[in-house]
Amino acid sequence: MMITFETIRLQIHGLDGEELGRWIGAELVRAEGGFGAWRFTEIDAARIRLIWELRHGLEVEERSLPVVLSLLDQVYDMRRRMLRLNGALGELPEEVRARLLERLEK
Amino acid sequence: MADDPYKTLGISRDATAEDIRAAYRKLAKKHHPDLNPGNKAAEETFKRVSAANELLSDPEKRARFDRGEIDESGAEKAPPRGYRQYAEAAQGERYAGGGFEGENFEDLFANIFEQRGARSPARGRDARYVLDAAFLDAVTGATRRLTLPDGQTLDVKIPPGTADGDVLRLRGRGEPGRAGGPPGDALIEIHVAAHAFFRREGQDMFLDLPVSLHEAVLGAKVTVPTPAGAVAMTLKPHVDSGTELRLRGRGVPAHGALPAGDLYVKLRVVIGPADEKLEAFLKEWRQPGFDPRAGMEGI
Repeated sequence: MMITFETIRLQIHGLDGEELGRWIGAELVRAEGGFGAWRFTEIDAARIRLIWELRHGLEVEERSLPVVLSLLDQVYDMRRRMLRLNGALGELPEEVRARLLERLEK
Repeated sequence: MADDPYKTLGISRDATAEDIRAAYRKLAKKHHPDLNPGNKAAEETFKRVSAANELLSDPEKRARFDRGEIDESGAEKAPPRGYRQYAEAAQGERYAGGGFEGENFEDLFANIFEQRGARSPARGRDARYVLDAAFLDAVTGATRRLTLPDGQTLDVKIPPGTADGDVLRLRGRGEPGRAGGPPGDALIEIHVAAHAFFRREGQDMFLDLPVSLHEAVLGAKVTVPTPAGAVAMTLKPHVDSGTELRLRGRGVPAHGALPAGDLYVKLRVVIGPADEKLEAFLKEWRQPGFDPRAGMEGI
């Protein structure tokens, strides 16, 4: 189900369309639909909350947001891959996993 | 999870306090347990309607519910899920960064195994370079020498019709393979510079050709530069500025499956330096009935 801008505004006090429009324009967050009539997925909504916290909670300057988010995206890319790897390792025979663990703990 | 209290009462989110009271009274009368003895469904409905009314008739609670701070039973709601829970799930791909482009598990494992000392043969990495090419070199094709960071040189054959951003692959000219594996490829991105006079769209080329007033009015044989050398072109008398002439096959030469493009020559009449004789003549000269801006009056 898509989330509207109105719903997001109820969750984030003080978020205005102009600021969110800038983030969308700068491709920091994805949205469907035109200005103000945006529709968001759950991850988009969570990302808007994250950007809001970065910008207004942690006072990251707006011009620094692209760098910060790009680094975060890379960390999450890596973590997704590590989780997949973890899943694949979990399917290995017990003895192989034990050897791996032993090697990693050295 | 219980229902949305607005839906339970059948009202919109911007309902007034009076709307809420009216909706509640109507539903309460219909579903009151004492008026529906033994009707379990009515009792449940009544409970939900009462709870919804209790929440929405209190302006403070209603505002907190609207902001998502409390749920429909009035209980404090857990803060929304953090970004991390989404980013680490499959949907995190929506914001996959560019940093790992082309890097897959194979590379990751290759690194891991290399560190552990396994020496299985592996193909070398591709090397990426950028080569600047002059406009006409990219149109007609040329060979250019690329000096690599290690001082070696690479002769790059730019094929005819190369467009800005095209990537050439030189097999085996990338980084050496490991443990007997084959070397990678050199990937060379061609950056084509703009030209002072020519423009290009696919196979066709465009040129603005300045002509004198004399040539435009009386006609002339003029020389036109083309990628394959200058050609003579006959101008009929009386051509206007902006007239576009096509020199068939004089654009980007044929290459691969593409036929040669055309060269579109757009005439631009240039008056030239001030000339007393011309001015004296024009002072006496009129074009009765001719209005170059005919049809523009209504705009």
